[in-house]
Amino acid sequence: MAETAPVLLQGRTGPWEVVIGVEVHAQVVSQSKLFSGAATAFGAPANSQVSLVDAAMPGMLPVINRVCVEQAVRTGLGLQAKINLTSVFDRKNYFYPDLPAGYQISQFAHPIVGQGQVIVDMPDGTVRTVGIERLHLEQDAGKSLHDQSPDRTFVDLNRAGVALMEIVSGPDMRGAEEVGLYVTKLRSILRYLGTCDGNMEQGSLRCDVNVSVRRPGEPLGTRCEIKNVNSIRFVRQAIEFESRRQIEVLEDGGVIDQETRLFDPGQGETRTMRSKEEAHDYRYFPDPDLLPLVLDQAWVDHIRAGLPELPDAKKARLVSDYGLSVYDAGVLVADQAIAAYYESVVGDAGGKPVRDPKLAANWVISELFGRLNRVGTLVTDSPVTAEALGGLLDLVADDTISGRTAKDVFDVMWETGRDAAAIVEEKGLRQVSDSGAIDAAIDAVIAANADKVAEYRAGKDKLLGFFVGQVMKATGGKANPKMVNSRMAEKLKG
Amino acid sequence: MTVPADPTRLTVAQARDCLAAGDISARELTAAHIAAMDSARHLNAFITETPDLAMAQADAADARHARGASHALDGIPMAIKDLFCTEDVLTTAASHILDGYIPTYESTVSDRLKAAGAVMLGKANMDEFAMGSANITSHHGAVHSPWRRPGDDRPLVPGGSSGGSAAAVAARIAMAATGTDTGGSIRQPAAFTGIVGLKPTYGRCSRWGIVAFASSLDQAGPMARTVEDCAILLQVMAGHDPKDSTSVDRPVPDLRAALTGDIRGLRIGLPKEYRADGMSDEVDRLWQSGAAWLRAAGADVVEISLPHTRYALPTYYIVAPAEASSNLARYDGVRYGLRVAVDGGDLTDLYEATRAQGFGAEVRRRIMIGTYVLSAGYYDAYYLKAQKVRSLIARDFSQAFDSVDAILTPTAPTAAFAIGEKMDDPIAMYLNDVFTVPASLAGLPALSLPAGLSGDGLPLGLQLIGRAFDEETVLRIAGVMEQAAGFTALPTSLSTGSDGEA
Repeated sequence: MAETAPVLLQGRTGPWEVVIGVEVHAQVVSQSKLFSGAATAFGAPANSQVSLVDAAMPGMLPVINRVCVEQAVRTGLGLQAKINLTSVFDRKNYFYPDLPAGYQISQFAHPIVGQGQVIVDMPDGTVRTVGIERLHLEQDAGKSLHDQSPDRTFVDLNRAGVALMEIVSGPDMRGAEEVGLYVTKLRSILRYLGTCDGNMEQGSLRCDVNVSVRRPGEPLGTRCEIKNVNSIRFVRQAIEFESRRQIEVLEDGGVIDQETRLFDPGQGETRTMRSKEEAHDYRYFPDPDLLPLVLDQAWVDHIRAGLPELPDAKKARLVSDYGLSVYDAGVLVADQAIAAYYESVVGDAGGKPVRDPKLAANWVISELFGRLNRVGTLVTDSPVTAEALGGLLDLVADDTISGRTAKDVFDVMWETGRDAAAIVEEKGLRQVSDSGAIDAAIDAVIAANADKVAEYRAGKDKLLGFFVGQVMKATGGKANPKMVNSRMAEKLKG
Repeated sequence: MTVPADPTRLTVAQARDCLAAGDISARELTAAHIAAMDSARHLNAFITETPDLAMAQADAADARHARGASHALDGIPMAIKDLFCTEDVLTTAASHILDGYIPTYESTVSDRLKAAGAVMLGKANMDEFAMGSANITSHHGAVHSPWRRPGDDRPLVPGGSSGGSAAAVAARIAMAATGTDTGGSIRQPAAFTGIVGLKPTYGRCSRWGIVAFASSLDQAGPMARTVEDCAILLQVMAGHDPKDSTSVDRPVPDLRAALTGDIRGLRIGLPKEYRADGMSDEVDRLWQSGAAWLRAAGADVVEISLPHTRYALPTYYIVAPAEASSNLARYDGVRYGLRVAVDGGDLTDLYEATRAQGFGAEVRRRIMIGTYVLSAGYYDAYYLKAQKVRSLIARDFSQAFDSVDAILTPTAPTAAFAIGEKMDDPIAMYLNDVFTVPASLAGLPALSLPAGLSGDGLPLGLQLIGRAFDEETVLRIAGVMEQAAGFTALPTSLSTGSDGEA
């Protein structure tokens, strides 16, 4: 468990408050680009997914992809945000070789989604609400390839024109930990919605982090923007470095220049990219090739009706209906596939759980997760299916095997992918619940340990565990521990 | 009808009849125009001539005719403005920066013409990126009007930016041409060369594949020698295109059928604000004549007011350059066209050298104006205010159309001028568009037709402006005025029987 970042950072001269806002660029899950029919698959050969529009050939015009609009609306609804029925696409003008038209089509003054919120669960059990200022649709740029030739730069336009949602938070976060949890939660929501795959390694989700520091209670300080951070770990590191850097500058009597910085994961530090003086004048204006985007409320309502159950609602349900702890429920709902796996293990019989939800949660969280994490496998690729795990829990529930044996059986299931019942039969692991056999074993243990029996009877209650252990050992772990416990206690009384 | 000795004198409508009757083949008709193109090369009306392609298209038209499967424009020889991207044919927008650019695609409008069987003689010269009113900014040299002032050998401008298209149609090289109109680029050259030019309602024709100048204003339209020919051509060019988000999805009416010749009871407005400075007396007199023809035909001519007219030109020269500065950003030397690499230079040097050498002076001027009016700190004062004024200008028109069916104005304040005149003063040059720009800002259909000659013996045009998507009424009135004007004057080069060169 990560250490909780303090809300206040202690400087040489006193405490400082770190104020952070995040702009997340989330690539929209869609078959084709925001304004062209070209494909969006990751990893395709360079320039194999480029239409005439993406390459900004003379006379080409953008046509909006309805699927991308629907995804943005879905995301807005998932963020409990206001959907703007009229929004406008603007041009953001700047020159760069990976931006073929010389402008990016984005939304500036009138975004498609207005204010919303994300609930972040803090490790101490408290809850923070991070405000969403807006979500707007925009095109991604292409990619310059500087490493293919010693004296040339190549340009790959496969990504040029791919739809991005820029999700802008308010300056509502106060530490690296909180930001990490926010991005994680946001990614979880996007994945639930199916609007962004959240794959940071492939660049599907990138963060620009705005950091400033101030004395508690004072107005906002000058912020620096750390561009394009592509992992949650790096987001945390970048904030930790940047906030300490800013505090040092201020405590040394300096001033913070508003600037754009980049995070160097190798050095673990942020560096100047460009200062405000070099900042672009983007010359935004409404794109005259595109009419204002006008949505129909009925269509928005239709999308709303089709939303899946989102993490917060699912968590609340697991806590109230299944009696799970908030923490366990939070762990289970973070990933939609895990939640689905868990719910499948629990089973559903006319609205009632088939298996003990708490037991199921323990198994999924401690046994399954442990193994999945160790080998880096997704729950969807787990060698033990939800049905198989359910079968194992049934064997525990009907006393066919003990919980202890179940763990051994689970190991075999993980290795072989086989059914629990078959393994139990084959290895003869069915537990002994025959009172005659158990009594015989108990009698043998009592007879062989007369001294300890005397100690027990003299008041050393703790020895019960020893006796039970001896019986389990003698039966090869197959004796029903509950029966052993009760009958042993009875016999020891004499 | 019988085919005249010189088939280039036919109108599109006549040629269609002759072709249908088998009185002439598309091959013969095209060959006659290619010969005219050869003998009028001094006009510099074309950037690229495509005679081989034209003959192949003519033969294909003849083959279809033989099969009894003719298309609407089969065998009609046309000039296509070089702003239209044409598949496998050099397309430069008259700019150095598009050196060698051969599109792999065909603009929607030229594709529709092609599909209707029209024959492409070549790519017509124009002002660079359609920026100009005299066709003197082309990288490929100025276009000369086929007209001359009597006793004056100085070459005249054909108007702009569709100057090559206008010159080709007037000089009987092409039977018709495509033009594009952003602030008057079809209508003003039509007026200067004595032909008919129609700027359709914004959204009527697809802009897909047309090199963009100012996206919210650009509109393709026909240029021909009669109102009827313009109706026939627009019928083919117009229509919804899902590839252009601003193209309007509404049916195109039968435009030729709109030419009923009956305008009785129509109300025509004469805006008092168009009696502007710089308008010559003869233009004013022609305007009054036009009004008289309309009255004589039974229309009701009334004075109207378009109070924001005087703000139109400054508004246009903010909005159009703003959009142009952005639209022309793609010409950066990276993917196609000219690239000027600088030894030891970086990326910025590549951009600067390519764009400095690739764009001519007028284009550079407008890019800089556009960049300035969009820049942070000036956006509200210029661009945003211009957009507000634009709305007021559009409102002027919509209010006027509550009481009138069309508006009659002169097309340009003067007749054509000589190459070299007015050239040192961009503002004087911009004034050419003073009567055409308001309808452009409002997105309305507007047509210029030849209505008479100036004292210098040069054509003068009158402009009809209609309600949005009411090209029918504009064409109907224009047809009546065309009859009344009886404009039969031929360009100097044709009327003297020589090619006009000394």
